[in-house]
Amino acid sequence: MTTAVEFQLNGRAVHVDVQPETLLVEALRTNLGLTGTHVGCDTSQCGACVVHVDGRSVKSCTMLAVQAAGTTVTTIEGLGSATALHPMQAAFREYHALQCGFCTPGMIMSAVELLQRNPNPTEGEVRAGLDGNICRCTGYHNIVAAVLGCAKSMRGRAATEKAHG
Amino acid sequence: MADAASRLIGKAVRRTEDLRFITGRGQFTDDLARRHMLHAAIVRANVAHARIKSVDTQAARSAPGVVAVYAGADLAADKIGGLPCGWAVKNQDGSPQSEPPHAALQAERVRYVGDQVAVVVAETVEQARAAAELVDVNYEELPAVIDGRAALDKGATAIHEQTPGNLCFDWGLGDAAAVDKAFRGAAHVVKLDLRNNRLIANAMEPRCCIGDYDASTGENTLITASQNPHVIRLLLGAFVFGLPEHKLRVIAPDVGGGFGSKIYPYPEDVIVLWAARKLGRPVKWTASRSEAFLSDAQGRDHHTHVELALDKDANFLALKVQTVANLGAYLSTFAPAVPTYLYGTLLAGTYKTPAIFCNVKGVFTNTAPVDAYRGAGRPEATFVVERIVDQAARQLKMDPAELRRRNFIPVGAFPYQTPVLLNYDTGNYHATLDKGLKLADYAGFPGRRAEANKRGKLRGIGLSTYIEACGIAPSNVAGALGARAGLFEAATIRVNPTGSVTVLTGSHSHGQGHETTFAQVVADLLGIPMENVEIVHGDTGKIPFGMGTYGSRSLAVGGTAIVNATQKVIDKGRRIAAHLLEASVEDIEFAAGRYVVRGTDRAKAFGEIAFAAYVPHNYPLDTVEPGLEETAFYDPKNFTFPSGCHVCEVEVDPDTGVVEIVRFSAADDFGNVVNPMIVEGQVHGGLVQGIGQALLENCVYDETGQLLTGSYTDYAMPRADDVPSFQVVTECTPCTHNVLGVKGCGEAGAIGAPPAVINAVLDALTPLGVTDIPMPATPHTVWSAIAAARTRRTA
Repeated sequence: MTTAVEFQLNGRAVHVDVQPETLLVEALRTNLGLTGTHVGCDTSQCGACVVHVDGRSVKSCTMLAVQAAGTTVTTIEGLGSATALHPMQAAFREYHALQCGFCTPGMIMSAVELLQRNPNPTEGEVRAGLDGNICRCTGYHNIVAAVLGCAKSMRGRAATEKAHG
Repeated sequence: MADAASRLIGKAVRRTEDLRFITGRGQFTDDLARRHMLHAAIVRANVAHARIKSVDTQAARSAPGVVAVYAGADLAADKIGGLPCGWAVKNQDGSPQSEPPHAALQAERVRYVGDQVAVVVAETVEQARAAAELVDVNYEELPAVIDGRAALDKGATAIHEQTPGNLCFDWGLGDAAAVDKAFRGAAHVVKLDLRNNRLIANAMEPRCCIGDYDASTGENTLITASQNPHVIRLLLGAFVFGLPEHKLRVIAPDVGGGFGSKIYPYPEDVIVLWAARKLGRPVKWTASRSEAFLSDAQGRDHHTHVELALDKDANFLALKVQTVANLGAYLSTFAPAVPTYLYGTLLAGTYKTPAIFCNVKGVFTNTAPVDAYRGAGRPEATFVVERIVDQAARQLKMDPAELRRRNFIPVGAFPYQTPVLLNYDTGNYHATLDKGLKLADYAGFPGRRAEANKRGKLRGIGLSTYIEACGIAPSNVAGALGARAGLFEAATIRVNPTGSVTVLTGSHSHGQGHETTFAQVVADLLGIPMENVEIVHGDTGKIPFGMGTYGSRSLAVGGTAIVNATQKVIDKGRRIAAHLLEASVEDIEFAAGRYVVRGTDRAKAFGEIAFAAYVPHNYPLDTVEPGLEETAFYDPKNFTFPSGCHVCEVEVDPDTGVVEIVRFSAADDFGNVVNPMIVEGQVHGGLVQGIGQALLENCVYDETGQLLTGSYTDYAMPRADDVPSFQVVTECTPCTHNVLGVKGCGEAGAIGAPPAVINAVLDALTPLGVTDIPMPATPHTVWSAIAAARTRRTA
């Protein structure tokens, strides 16, 4: 028995028929073909599956697809594109904050929300804020640098816009 | 090679591959699907050691969506071979190691929790997993043995019938008589018992594979998260399935980290291809993280007794090492090499210790197979050497830096033949030590310690002046030591008619950034824009036979093959240019992407030569073949020997036992560096894996063989707030035997960090009378050691 679920995904309305037990991450990857959101564990610890639901970062392996009904979901594919990167995506490249790239989508989604909550974090706040995302390649050094660098450039941009606005 | 003319080599070029990963367009194996694809779930042993009395698959077969259920007897009936071991060592008496078989599905007996017993294939992954729960395996339990030393006890249960006593090999290296003689004349003898804790690699992408078979063409395809697709093809084709290699294509697409754990063919690779052949439909299996914990090859797990003899002036005289290496239940592909030729050979470290003897007993236990994990033998060796050196400094009341300096192999002594086989081509250990100490402000440490004391914190500083051997190795030497494979690398440079270049490499990138680094090298050599160079890897249907990526070999071995093939292209282009420019070949110079007649302004661009090669209208067809594509196979002349100095500074809270790393400095000598940004990233990642081993990570089985650390809630992976930012610098003594002068950087952090961290913790705790601390130095462990030392003092 499947259930029909409708929500906004990366700026467009989508409709999926899912089992009651289908996880949001499974619906995204299997039903909707968006494989940028990854599954790295089965205990909601690694954060490879982080997406935004109504602007909040959520581990999409901890949420049923039916719970997404009526929400607005953003995945890594909806954050920016190769020709129009989100500043956090650009910062990850600039600071070499990824190696194998598997944890990267979830890490970027968490980092984006982190700066939305705290636009001017300390290094310690960035490290604490990314505690729910495991990376095995980078040792976090460059991820932290990217988030701090992105925060600085976004604050600069906001100040410029304010001055010109 | 990195001279002033280099536009790209030596530059921190941003990575080409990043764009697809940061936008979610990476294509990992689990992201791929094939038409009519089925899904597999594995039924695993839930007991560590048992005879299989029966496997009842009836209920699973009739479950919704199930297409087939196969057990070990089905695999045996189809005459599918066991997983072969790729390296065989000899015992000290010259006899061969024990080599029990490893079937992909067990029919008679299971030997560890996670052992593969049956497979359920269904239309969806949920159906397969649900039905796997219905497979009823009836076991007759046997006693389990978990600890490596206990496996050698008289009366310990035999895990393999052909290996009574569980001893796989009893291996030795070095001159035992010379060592004993040196110990008899020693002024000081220092002893330690060390445990190198068992680790789980935990690449973030769980293993995944898809098998496919086309009966109309006889073509088999295995898509698998592998570090070395050709090695998988060779082993599965020749030994497991008996398939001709041209009918087996192995594809390793984007791979989410490996750290050694994705070198090996696994039972699931065999199972999905076998099932696909039986069912005529593609079959996919993706590991859950729980399955990865249970069944990925694990790392380390040594128990070692080490003794160092010194003369009255603190010169090292001899080193004696006895190790029990836990190999797990079966021989993984390179398991015998890791605690022997990748371990004992590194025990000279950076020191001129004249006599060394090492004995390693490799033993079977009822635990997951153990094989190479980042560093593979070299972290274990470095931990032994750097711990005993610090212990000697403490015992002799010497500065650990000064003791190291006194015993370093001096700069003038290279090439240096160690007493344990290796011949170091080059190095400058004094330079990296000096750089490391300066970076760490070693001189200012006493002041920082005093300041910390005022705050009630115990501050310590620890060194590790490691060496490692990378870029394995001359194939004939490895073969003489037991390798059953060649260890060269291959590359093809395919120049396209309009001058762009496709590089086909046998190396495999799963995070290392080859698409950038290799393109920097080729673009620099050919004098063309980097955007005109594409790197292709990971598909046996496209690339020349290559050995893949492990042991920090990609640039030193794979990169050299690329350089050599590029040089062949340049040389052929010179002959074409000579014809077009009506000059003699000897007069044609190639620089900055142009063939120039020496001393003139007559020239042809590289792209013009490429076009002429494919549109050979005005072309020396009688002497030069059309086309511009060259292949090179490079077999290294020696290992490379990266080395360095890691300095860790910690603060310990004596009330809680919490260790905080307040500063970590690394001065590494990787020879020439192609992309310093990527190299630093490799160091950072290695350091955190090393710090993880020292402070957090520990694979624990209970006495019955159940894995207690089977999830991220139980196995402490380093997280962002567990580790500091790092100070990283490099020193450069170029490798003398490869054209790039590079050594490799992928494992250094994981090798150098653990002893630096533990030496720092011990330095902090020495004032309290703590003399040893095991890894991982968790708060509980540290607090307990402090409490025990206090009890001893007050007793």
